[in-house]
Amino acid sequence: MPVVMAADQVARSITRIAHEVVERHRTLDNLALIGIRTRGVPIARRLAAGLHEITGTTVPTGVLDITLYRDDLMRHAVGPQPVLRKTDIDFSIDNRRILLVDDVLYTGRTIRAALDALIDFGRPGAIELAVLIDRGHRELPIKADYVGKNVPTSLSESVQVRLAEVEGLDEVVIQDATGS
Amino acid sequence: MPPAADPVTPDGLAAPVGLRTKDLLSIGDLSVDEIRLILDTAEAMKEVGTRSIKKVPALRGRTVVNLFFEASTRTRTSFEVAQKRLSADTVNIAASGSSVVKGETLADTVRNLEAMAPDIIVVRHQSAGAGHLVAGLCRARVINAGDGMHEHPTQALLDALTIRQRKGRIEGLKVSIIGDLLHSRVFRSNVLLLHALGAEVSVCGPATMMLPDMARFGVRPTTSIDEAVEGADVVMLLRIQLERMGGYFFPSLREYFQLFGMTPERLERAHPDAIIMHPGPMNRGVEIAPEVADGPYSVILEQVANGVAVRMAVLYLLADERQA
Repeated sequence: MPVVMAADQVARSITRIAHEVVERHRTLDNLALIGIRTRGVPIARRLAAGLHEITGTTVPTGVLDITLYRDDLMRHAVGPQPVLRKTDIDFSIDNRRILLVDDVLYTGRTIRAALDALIDFGRPGAIELAVLIDRGHRELPIKADYVGKNVPTSLSESVQVRLAEVEGLDEVVIQDATGS
Repeated sequence: MPPAADPVTPDGLAAPVGLRTKDLLSIGDLSVDEIRLILDTAEAMKEVGTRSIKKVPALRGRTVVNLFFEASTRTRTSFEVAQKRLSADTVNIAASGSSVVKGETLADTVRNLEAMAPDIIVVRHQSAGAGHLVAGLCRARVINAGDGMHEHPTQALLDALTIRQRKGRIEGLKVSIIGDLLHSRVFRSNVLLLHALGAEVSVCGPATMMLPDMARFGVRPTTSIDEAVEGADVVMLLRIQLERMGGYFFPSLREYFQLFGMTPERLERAHPDAIIMHPGPMNRGVEIAPEVADGPYSVILEQVANGVAVRMAVLYLLADERQA
């Protein structure tokens, strides 16, 4: 089971993304982070902590559950239905620059669902995307603005991001779905 | 709510979750884990009702038929609001405006509806077992919204959600159910659910409104309201169902209120943080004094608000084709 990122690499990637975000925005006053459940949430919180460390600005951070916006509820998709959890965005997203945060960018369908969900909450000034891993195989015209690491994969592989907040340790591994 | 992790197996894959049952006809159809899943999903659904756009696309393109053979304001409206918030297409059929008045049987009505390929049928009927009959006739998933004196599962689920929100738990609570037990489907669904989640249930009502086999429900029966209220965490009042009373169960409504009506004085025996529940519609001055219905311990309108969230959860979980 090859490890493609160890704990220190995960930490460094998130710090680098924080620097890139600061570099690209004249001010962080109008920025807000929104993490996509489950693992986008801790990554967004770490990014917010990184941004605070660099600039001293506290960027509001929200939580988005996209389960109700998925396009595979009625289809026989591979995985089981995830448990619906609460969306928690306690600030207005109108005219804000929103940075969506997720762990793995794959087909792009999760991000499509997240964009639909966000637009139900208001009219953001702009939406950007940050992911820890981009594994390719897009099915929709979606591209990340900030990427922790590009990991070329085959369709039979699965990328598992493990985070201290969820699994107790930071690590990214590739598994072969056939179990070998 | 703190961010809880999804259930994860050791290999990092999400554990299978969902309802095993095709239909929701009785609380007895559900395992304890499934009851918790519905309540947890309902918690998340509540947030949708707080948005300025109170709509999500989860059931887009699904057709839901609300088949109501009995009068209903709360339950029918609640189901309809839940369906619209999930973007389902809804059709409402009331017995009075349908072919039922021309003599069509329930089975024929359902077969005809089934021919129009609905995905979910919500049925309320004056006869116990009507939901089971409908479920046996069609491919669509069936939700029992009250069948005679048998069950009303979504009411029990919304009651449980309300108790859990107020008390933080259900296990170990003392719940007292008072009123017309004999005719009450709300009582039957609630006692199953409350026992499944570990509450202690006592019941109280006139001897004529007790079930002959109360012991079968595993509840403590009493005809003394003071005894029933003593130390209760939750006091659940049931409506006197005048429309289901063929004979005489008590001499007068005034006498009922004097012996069994919930008043502020009687409530003093309950736990200081006790909550008062009523499934509605209320008969003020019969089973409940207006001061109690509108008092600070009353959660009656919270029950109504939670009804929408619970029904969204049930519709959403049943609509997933990958389960069952």
